This record gives sequence, C-alpha cells and structure tokens, in this order.
Amino acid sequence: MISYVLRRLIQFVPTIFGVTLIVFFLLNVLPGNAAMMAGGKNRIPPAAQKLMIKKWGLDQPVYARYFKYIKGLCTADLGTSFISGERVTDVLAPRLWPTFKLAVIALAIACVTGIPLGFYSALRQGTAMDTVTMIGAVSGVSMPQFWLGLLLMYFFSVYLKILPTVGYGNGDPKFIILPAITLGVGYMALLARTTRAAVVETLSQDYIRTARSKGISDLLINRRHVLRNTLTIILTSAGLQFGSLLGGTVVVETLFSWPGLGTMMVNSIYYRDTPITQGCVMIIIVGFLVINLLVDLSYALIDPRIKYQ
Amino acid sequence: MKIWKIGLSLVLTLGLLGADHSFAVRKGGTFNWIAPYGSKIDTLDPNNSGDEQNGLVTMNIFRCLYRWNAAENKPQLELADAVDISPDGLVYTYSLKRNVKFHNGRQLTADDIIYTYNRIANPDNALSGTQNLVFIRGAMDVFEHKAKEVAGLKKIDDHKLEITLTSAIDPAFFLYSFPMSIVPKEEVERMDRPFSSNPVGCGPFKFVKWVKGSEVVLERFEDYYESGKPYLDKLVFKIMSSSAARDLSYRAKELDANLLYATQYAAYKKDPELSKNLVEVAEMFTRFVAFNPEWELADGRKPFSDVRVRQAFNYAINTDLIVKKYAKNKAYPAISFLAPTTPGYDPNGKRYEYNPEKAKALMKAAGYEKGFDLEIIGTGDSSYGTGVIEVAIPFLKKINISASALTLEGAAKYKRQGDRNFEAMICSFGSGPDGISALMLFHSTKAKKLPNVARYKNGEYDRTLDLAAETRDPEQRIAYVKKANEILQADAPIWFYNYNKAVIAHHPWVHGIQKVGIEHMFQDFTEVWVEATSPRANAK
Repeated sequence: MISYVLRRLIQFVPTIFGVTLIVFFLLNVLPGNAAMMAGGKNRIPPAAQKLMIKKWGLDQPVYARYFKYIKGLCTADLGTSFISGERVTDVLAPRLWPTFKLAVIALAIACVTGIPLGFYSALRQGTAMDTVTMIGAVSGVSMPQFWLGLLLMYFFSVYLKILPTVGYGNGDPKFIILPAITLGVGYMALLARTTRAAVVETLSQDYIRTARSKGISDLLINRRHVLRNTLTIILTSAGLQFGSLLGGTVVVETLFSWPGLGTMMVNSIYYRDTPITQGCVMIIIVGFLVINLLVDLSYALIDPRIKYQ
Repeated sequence: MKIWKIGLSLVLTLGLLGADHSFAVRKGGTFNWIAPYGSKIDTLDPNNSGDEQNGLVTMNIFRCLYRWNAAENKPQLELADAVDISPDGLVYTYSLKRNVKFHNGRQLTADDIIYTYNRIANPDNALSGTQNLVFIRGAMDVFEHKAKEVAGLKKIDDHKLEITLTSAIDPAFFLYSFPMSIVPKEEVERMDRPFSSNPVGCGPFKFVKWVKGSEVVLERFEDYYESGKPYLDKLVFKIMSSSAARDLSYRAKELDANLLYATQYAAYKKDPELSKNLVEVAEMFTRFVAFNPEWELADGRKPFSDVRVRQAFNYAINTDLIVKKYAKNKAYPAISFLAPTTPGYDPNGKRYEYNPEKAKALMKAAGYEKGFDLEIIGTGDSSYGTGVIEVAIPFLKKINISASALTLEGAAKYKRQGDRNFEAMICSFGSGPDGISALMLFHSTKAKKLPNVARYKNGEYDRTLDLAAETRDPEQRIAYVKKANEILQADAPIWFYNYNKAVIAHHPWVHGIQKVGIEHMFQDFTEVWVEATSPRANAK
C-alpha cells in the first residue's frame, strides 16, 4: 500500500509539470497583457505600459519566463502578482479555505440528498415516484447556477428575510447556506442519476437474485449487497465531482461575493495576471490529484477484493 | 427697539436653522456600499492602480493635494489652505493644512507629497499615475532615468511646498485623482506587511479589513482634519459584480445604496417606492464607434477617410430609439464628444438627427451608394458592447452597409485597438473632467495619454485645441474648447452614440449621495450619513 501511494505521488510530478507547461503557454498566446489591463476603464498610457512590461519581465521570451517560473516552483515560490505586487502564495492562501469549505458543504448536500434519491428511485423503478425524482434530477442538472442562486436569494433573503443575500460574514454558517445549495443542486442531480443507474445495474445481478431466492430480506440485500457494490461507482463519481467543484465555483462565488479561488482565477485570466492564474491552476491540479488518490485508496476499504501492491 | 427685535429674530432664526442642521445630520451607523466593477479589488495602494474599482475604496482612505468638488463639478484644493501662483503661472506655492494626520498618527508634511510624487515618477515602480506628473518640471527626467528626483518639487518648510510647472496649465485637473493620493513613506516601505493590503492614508476612513473577493471594511478616522466628519462609524464595500444580486441585496435592505444598470433602472423608475430616491448624473464617459480611416476595401478605397461616409453613418442610425429601447433611457443621446457635465459642452449644439434619406444621399455623393461590408469590434459590455451594434445593424443596412459585430474579450480588444487592427470599434472613453484633456484624445500629434483611436487628423482642430491649452483666460479657453468640439462633431470621426447616465438608488434613510460627473461611484463618504431608521443605524 505504501509503495503504491509513493508511486502515485511520484506520478504527480510529471502531471503537474505537463499541466503547467500547457497552461503557461496557453496563457501566453492570449492577446494582450497585464499592463494593458492594469488601468481598468482608464487605460494606462503606452509609456507607462512599457515600464510595467519591463518590470514584470513580459519582454522576455516565453521559454525564459517558463523556466524562471519552474525554477521558482521547485522552491515553492509561485511568483508575484503583477497587479497587486504581493506574493502569489500570500494571495492564494486566504482564498483556499472558503473555496474548500464551500466545495465540501456543497458535496455533502449533493451526497446526502442525491444518493438516497437515486437509490430510492432505482428501487421504485418505473413508478411515478421514480419519474418524479428523475425529472427533478434532470431539472437540477439543467438549471443554471446563476438563475437558481437568484431564485434562492429572492425567496430566502428578500421574501422570507431569514438568510443573507451575499457575503462571507466572517465565516458565519448562515452565509454559506445559499451558495452551498446553489452549487450542490447540480451535483446532487448528477449523483442521483449515477446512483440510480448503478443500483439498477446491481439489482439485475445474479447474486442479488440468489440472495432473494434464499429469502433474505430486501433491507439486508440492499444494505449488504446493493449499497456496497454500487458504492465504488458512486464514490468515483463524487470524487471526480469534488475535483471539478474546486475549480468550478466561479459562478456561485461571483454571485454570492464569496471570497474563493474561482473568481480570483477568472479575474486573473481577464487581467492577464498570469502568476495568479498559474497559482490557482496549481492548487486545482494538486487538489484533483490528491482527491483521486484518496478515492482510489478508499476502494480497498469498501471492497476487500481490491488490493494495492 | 425695532433693530433689537430684528436682531433677536435673526439670531433665533439662524439658531433654529443651525439646531435643525445639527439635529438632522446624524452621526454613527454602518453604510453597506458596493464595489460593482468586477468581482475583485486588486490593491489598496492608490498609486499602484488606475482601476476605478480600487479607486472608489482608496479615495475614502487617502487624500490628494486636490479633491473633486462634485457640487461645483471641478477640482478644489484639499490638503492646502491656500496656493500662491506666480504671474507667469508656472510656480505654485502651497500652504499645507497643519492639522492633517495619517492614520498612524503622524502629521502630514511637504515631505510626504514630495515622496509620493517621486514614488509615482520613478519608472522602476511602474505606477499608473506617472502621466499625471508630466507637467511638473523634471518629472520626465526621472521617468527617463535621467534624474533621481523631480526637480520641480521643492520643500520650503514642513507646511510650504513649491511646485514648478513646465507650462501654465491648471495642475488641479492632474493632481486630484486617486492614483495621486499622498502616502506615508514609513508605511509604504514597511517590510513586515505589504502596503497594498494594509493601506494607511490621511482620509476620512481608516482601513479595518479586506476579505479579498468579498468586502473591504473601513471605519471612521477620529483625527480626520474636517471637524465632526465623517458621520458614519463604518463603511463597508461589498464586492458585487452581479447587478441582479445587487438588486436583490438592495431590496433585502442589506445594501444602503446601489448602482443601477439599464434593466434595473427601467424597473426602479416604474416602482413608486424605489423611484423616489434615484440620484442621476450624466457621467463624463462618451460611448461611440470609432472609424478607422485607414481601413481599405478590396478595391483599395478607404470609406472612412471620406467625411460624407462618416456623417452618413451618424445620420443613418436612430440613436434616440436605441437609447430609449436598448439602453432603457439610462443614457443621454450624444451631440458631440464632450459630456453634458464637462466644461465646454454646448447643449444647443446641432445633433446628427435620424435622417436615412440624407444618409443615403451622402453615401451616394461619396460613391458608396452600393455600400460595403463592415466588421465592428467590441466587448460584450451591455452598455457599450457589440449588443449596441446588433441593434444598429438594421439601420446601417438601409444605407447598404452590411455590418457585423465581433465580440472580443477585453484584453483582446485592447490589443487590436493598440495595433489599430480594426475597421470600426465600439468603445467608451472619458470625456472629462476638463474639455482640453478630453478632446486631446483626437489630437493628431498630442494624444499622449491614449492613442488617437479614430486616427483623426485636422489641422484646424489641433490648432484650436492648442490655443485652448495655451490661454490662461478661462472664458477664452472654454470658447476654444467649444469650437474644437464643434469641429469634431462636423467631421464625425466617430458615431456619437451616448453619454452614460449613471444612477445610484438609495434607501430613504440615506443622505449625502452626490452627483459625481467624473464617475458616479466616486462617492466621497465624508458627507454621507444615515437616519436612525437605517437597519444598521447603531451597528458598529
């Protein structure tokens, strides 16, 4: 097991370098630069832009800049933001926890509601309840987060006046409810559909029929055989979704003024603040890789037949 | 006896008025305000950003040598009580206020202003306010690494500062804006905490905290030099780029005031309650389509080099209808380039009225009766993006211009604008605060601050603008500005679309929101106060 984990960790290195290479060069083929964007509506004069370009090393060839970036990366130095002049690690650190917290709670909402709904729907396959549940699931996937967020805001904040519309509120839990629901609904619907498909598949297996013929109660069959055998599929789906949640919070963060990574990454792309973009991408890649590793390791706990060597 | 009675009644009246004022203005409370231009604030170092999203916060933490007077629509002295101007208009001697303190408790002196301007001029710092100093003697030498300090800045004593200019212009228009904020050296150069996220100024509010991507919190600076001000205990800037979310927050009374976009403006105007407290101003931003006169058709002709084609474009489009239906009346149809709040604007100027027949005749006279294909680039901005072009396309079709709109991301558009790689481009540019610097955008050789987007060349226009810049007689200057604006209008190097109507909605308990023509969001919260009915009247 330990050697397997070590092997996977070593595999992280080429993956990270590969992604940084692609992202770095993609960002550098985009038209425009940070100096051009630094002034907002009041564009900075061309002479001042030239000074900025020189100061930030944007007059250097792309490969030279990439090697400088990689050299820094090897010493955990992600560089300095062009616009604010602060170290990227200092800029990213306070953004990490809000995004992580939002992603975890959204995923929890998705799991707590999506998995039972999918399970229930599969067990009642073909009934009206199944149809209603799946219509709900499809609607959840289809509904744009932006629109759902506004509806929730209107109902809970303007109409009922029980939750705040936007903000972080020093970490007060009531501020996370609406963004987490908005973010979680789509993933809940996906999980419900994945769970339903997996359970329906498992229910058609011979060992389920055998268990039934032996007179084992449905409750026991569902708990011991169906749930356990579908859990690996559900876990894989949830793990992948968590990875995408880390990088996919931008709409919700923008709407709810949530101080996370998503908005910062999108803004940094718009303003061509490439050190920040690279930093955000790095966090998302590492997060994604770690979560996938944890999901792989958890298979062994769920299914004793899986062994890592 | 009679005189005594009159005197008494006067004293009582004045006393009552004074008492009424002191009762009316209420101290305390928290004001929830917004930072609506994007979902971020980059830096709170005012010298390091020209972005108004940062500026609308920093202008309440810092102070400049001059301040924009929204009521009089011009800059006024701020950190100095008086200024002596030499007869030739080149030497300004400022008597600085003696009661100005930074938030760290230190008194402001002439050294701070000299330090700040040298910091801005230093090319190694690559700060955005550099261009505002070019009129000070020696600033360009520093900018070009020929000198270490700006020669035109001289400390006479701690509270007397002398600034020598290169030409007799009014420095107020260059030194009032937030990138020229005065900063304390000891705080900027602190190694233990970055100044960009721990700003220390001498403005009415001091920095408390910045939740990046969410909000910036400021609190009243008790030692602020204007006695009794500011009134608010706390000022919170919520970073909210979504206008829909802002609308809901405002309706939920979580925001005390809100900047409206076109869709909300139409809805608020219809609502009997929400329409009561709207503060509208014609901002000094003009939206237009710049024509590229050097763009060639396949047959080598350059349609926009012909004034008749440019005029035809202006006559062909029903601008009033677009402003009414598309912009929901949240704009003023443009007459020429200068905005209604800019000195030199002529409200009686002749407009390009909607006249498709005249447009057709002009196209025919210019030899473009059959029209041409045209690509107009722009961003996706709802006020001055390609959406405007989409609604203008049918009008252009009537004069056989087959226009198409190409939406580009911001940086991509600015790149093409800088490279002059466009046929026509929709954009928005500042058209104030003084007419001369605004119109310089179209000067064929002196458009230094920003390139002449429309590549406009007219000797008479250049000369008139030069005369305006040279004259020291304010009335004569305005006359020249008006004339230059008229020449520009007649030559039509752009399609004059509209001037932005900026609208702030506020709740009934809010007082002191001003009409700020330079940028409505640049509210100076020194004057703002809230009644006891505010939900945050007693919040600390």
